[in-house]
Amino acid sequence: MAKTPVTFMLNDAETGVFVDPGANLNEVLRRNAGDLTTKHGCGQGTCGACTVLINGVPHLSCLTLAETVEGKRIDTTAGLAGGPELHPLQTAFMEGFAAQCGFCTAGMLMAAKALLDQTPNPTRDEVIEAISGNLCRCTGYEPIVDAILTAAARMQQRAV
Amino acid sequence: MSSIEFRKELFADERDDTLKEIGKPTIRQDILGHVTGRTPFYDDHQFDGMLHMRAVRSPHHHAEIRSIDTSAAEGMPGVRRVATARDVPNNLNTLLSLINFGRDDEPLCAHDKVRYMGETVAWVIADTERQARDACAVVRVDYNVLPHVLDAEEAIAPNAPVVNDIYPNNTFDYHEKYDHQKLRFGDVNAAFATADHIVEAEYQMSPIEQAPIETCGAIAAPETNDRYVCHTNTQALFFSLGTTAKLLDTASSRLHFIGGTAGGGFGGKVDSIVEPTAVLGAMLTGKPVRFAWDREEEMQVGAPRGGERWRIKDGVMGDGRIVAREFTGFFDSGAYMRLSPYAIIKGTGHLPGPYSIPNVASNVYCCVTNRTPATAMRGFGITGVDFAIECHMDRVAEAVGMHPVELRILNAYRDGDMKAHRRLAKNTALIECCQVAADKAGWAISPDAAAQSSKAGGGTPARAAIPETVTDEDGRIGERRTGRVPSTSPATQGSGRMAAGTMKKSPVSGAPVQNPDMQIDADRIGHKMGATPVDKPSTPAAPVPATAIPPSPTPPPAAPIPPAPPSPPAAAAPTLSSPTPSPEPQPYQPDKPFSRGLKRPGTSRFTSGFRRR
Amino acid sequence: MTLHKGRGFACINYPIGMNLGGDPSQALVHSTPDGKFMVALSSIDLGQGMKSVTRQIASETLGVPVEDVYVDTADSDTGPHCMGSFASRGTHRVGNAVIRAAAEARKQMMEAAAEELEVNASDLDTDGQGNIHVKGAPSRSISIAETAIAAQFKQGRTLSGRGIFLVPPSDADAETGEMTPVTCFAHAALVIDLEVDDETGEVEVKEINSAYEVGRALNPKLVEQQLIGGAWMGVSHALYETTEPFYPQRDHRPVDFNAYLMPGPGETVPHNIAVLERPAEDAPYGGKGPGEMCANPVLPAIANAVYNAVGVRIDALPITPEKVLKGIRANGGARPQGMPG
Repeated sequence: MAKTPVTFMLNDAETGVFVDPGANLNEVLRRNAGDLTTKHGCGQGTCGACTVLINGVPHLSCLTLAETVEGKRIDTTAGLAGGPELHPLQTAFMEGFAAQCGFCTAGMLMAAKALLDQTPNPTRDEVIEAISGNLCRCTGYEPIVDAILTAAARMQQRAV
Repeated sequence: MSSIEFRKELFADERDDTLKEIGKPTIRQDILGHVTGRTPFYDDHQFDGMLHMRAVRSPHHHAEIRSIDTSAAEGMPGVRRVATARDVPNNLNTLLSLINFGRDDEPLCAHDKVRYMGETVAWVIADTERQARDACAVVRVDYNVLPHVLDAEEAIAPNAPVVNDIYPNNTFDYHEKYDHQKLRFGDVNAAFATADHIVEAEYQMSPIEQAPIETCGAIAAPETNDRYVCHTNTQALFFSLGTTAKLLDTASSRLHFIGGTAGGGFGGKVDSIVEPTAVLGAMLTGKPVRFAWDREEEMQVGAPRGGERWRIKDGVMGDGRIVAREFTGFFDSGAYMRLSPYAIIKGTGHLPGPYSIPNVASNVYCCVTNRTPATAMRGFGITGVDFAIECHMDRVAEAVGMHPVELRILNAYRDGDMKAHRRLAKNTALIECCQVAADKAGWAISPDAAAQSSKAGGGTPARAAIPETVTDEDGRIGERRTGRVPSTSPATQGSGRMAAGTMKKSPVSGAPVQNPDMQIDADRIGHKMGATPVDKPSTPAAPVPATAIPPSPTPPPAAPIPPAPPSPPAAAAPTLSSPTPSPEPQPYQPDKPFSRGLKRPGTSRFTSGFRRR
Repeated sequence: MTLHKGRGFACINYPIGMNLGGDPSQALVHSTPDGKFMVALSSIDLGQGMKSVTRQIASETLGVPVEDVYVDTADSDTGPHCMGSFASRGTHRVGNAVIRAAAEARKQMMEAAAEELEVNASDLDTDGQGNIHVKGAPSRSISIAETAIAAQFKQGRTLSGRGIFLVPPSDADAETGEMTPVTCFAHAALVIDLEVDDETGEVEVKEINSAYEVGRALNPKLVEQQLIGGAWMGVSHALYETTEPFYPQRDHRPVDFNAYLMPGPGETVPHNIAVLERPAEDAPYGGKGPGEMCANPVLPAIANAVYNAVGVRIDALPITPEKVLKGIRANGGARPQGMPG
């Protein structure tokens, strides 16, 4: 089977992989690019665990054909922390006990980052809408919503 | 927005609240891994050259397998191996055989017939998951479709199709004697005859998917020391290891299981199916093999919380006292037993719920049907019957015209009451929970109900006694199939009586029997086992000293029992929006702790104690 | 269309651990040469916090700071036997095994320190901050790191411990069901306030007020996680979830999260929780394990509240709009029951 070369920016690193026709971005990130922070929850586009940002916009990597990300920028949780310092979202999730099993967390963080990049001071309803495509079976969502609002408030404070 | 408060004033006399680490809102050990995406789940252990395994599944509820033709699949691109039941060395198991419970009834791969839609009939191992799926689609299975039964009660009717010859009556055989588990305590029928009201109803629990966001899966690979490593998200590492060793007929010492971190479970990752399958794949190919359920398999092939049907009949006096309660329960185990018959015993020990009822009887059936096998889920064996009991309590409250909360408090079990499974209740707290919940909701209850206590009023001679009990031998194994036992409910005519006070088994209570050198210092377990029960907790009691294990500092005296003002402790954040628990000032710093102290003269760096100044 | 308010109540107890098979778990604890402690288990953390709660139990029992303890749950080669994380046995069984292992390691640690300080081990205590001192004389002390170094390089002693927790197996009697099924019980009571739309049959839970008795909140935030998330799951079970919508028929089985419904982040319910702590005598620091029981009272409380709101008893879960509407129609309209009690 002929493989297609695809190059993209993965969290500031130029990345090139050879992909099978029809391969989805989720398996390419995990198996070819070695980024295991992006999880596989359903493969049906219904759980959000595989959420990544493509050119800053949240996408379900399991429904994205890998060949379509040629030349684009992909952000995953692996690149969320700026070096040793955690992103405020990560700190807020930690301190707010916003994860139990942790399997949805990486996708949640990506959905939340996309929101805060566009809407630094979101309302509760905007947070809820932003993560409404991400399922969590453990927490009952409230700690996650609270953590995102906490992170937004801290980032606003820091920006002032 | 939600809130949480810790009612430390309740039962304060039974706790040592001076502990240093217990009770602190310490941040989770695993949370840094979660928020950085680096927590290693099983699927994050990727191997070069890893193969992918998929199952061919039955489209029928019940069918004889005439033949399986794998030749087309074997010729498909990327296919390394097609496997069937013949490749499983010891293709029959039941999960609880590890504790000698039940008969081996379930193959890892069906061979003579399929008993539920979705049952495995073959596997394909290929270079990619897609190739494995494509090859699965061309495995040809010739089925002879058989009549099926999907309803638990229909399954135990005399003419129902037999699902599995190992349980030829479509029921689990309890104690090699009965087709159900009995509970008999007192004489329900005599009590029904004297009751002012009889309240009867039927309840149905739906099958429910555990739905962890990470589906069940395992990656197995040959190790360099003639063993196999298996990365798994099982909820029970040694269950899965032992089951794999048995099915694959290999020494358990040749298996190295790595897991301990699962992306949710809720009971759905106990069944140990993906692990033996992946290890089998690694054994057959000599390569790393990944076997994981996709979401559709997780939902429809992975075992759900089973359907349960419960019928309850209560005898109630005009003042709300429940004097008799009878259960007839049907667990829909699906095609194989797995954990269901065990859950029934757990559920039977739970009856009649958290209430002190002097006459209780129950029959619970574990029924084999042509459905996806049921298994554990959060609250296993209890959630369904609690739904039934608590809906029924409201029916009883309506029948006698009583406040639903007061009815529960009136009938609640208390310390010292004899439970239907013939053990004394201790450490109870139902009444206090009722009082606090009603208070929080602003739902008034009578002063009398508000004054009750789990620690008082129980254990009177009447409440602590085991009554004379009516017994019967109805429902012996196989009788029902001949039509000789028309009723499933506990017998209306008992055939024997067991004397009051009879206990067959020595009650095990308190600290368990352990090897003496495994006993621990009693002063390190954080509660006051010897505390004298407080008789009237609604009056401010004097501090009760612990008689057996005096704690070092004296605890605060017991506060009056509800209603009491909410008093969240400083350590616990009352709302979720203030997430950072403020740590206590700690002079100790783990990263540089060892610089202080004096070296004792004449000793070397590594052999002396260092004393603090 | 009318929105009918309804209120429902339920209370439960929940069996912790299962004695039917004895149900053992083991733990091993050992120190590194610089006095940090590793806890080796083969128990599973599936999100409930096994690693965290056993870490706190170990540090409390050892008398060392929690930062100096790490728990590994990963490996069947190094972690001793454990039945698994189910039947609300994790905190109870594994916690007890960890207490025993940590107590034995502590004993070794105190004896090593006693030898260094030239006192009796029974005269020593830990300060919980990394030091061991003579009772009543805090200045006569030695750090745990130095104790470990002395044990390792001078005394030839390990600071380690083995723990197992085994309850005698108890089978059920065939005739009476007599048994000792479990070792302790957790408790809960819960009030649901909701609204039922008599035109669409939809049920919206507005508020939950609850009391959960958990023995001891070993970590209050972990308890809160379980109770908030568990009650959410209870609402989901009551109103949405089933793999067999037409049980016992198998038609219309959901195979994805578009058809298998659960409440989303926009449908969370304000939940006011009170935690009660009545320690169980054989539980680790009295803690009973709240993870499984927390959903259970929600299901019947919602069913009772729906009856209170519109006079329809839904005895078969889940409580779908279809069932509510059918019930209302069968009654010839909604029949609000009024404020109960």
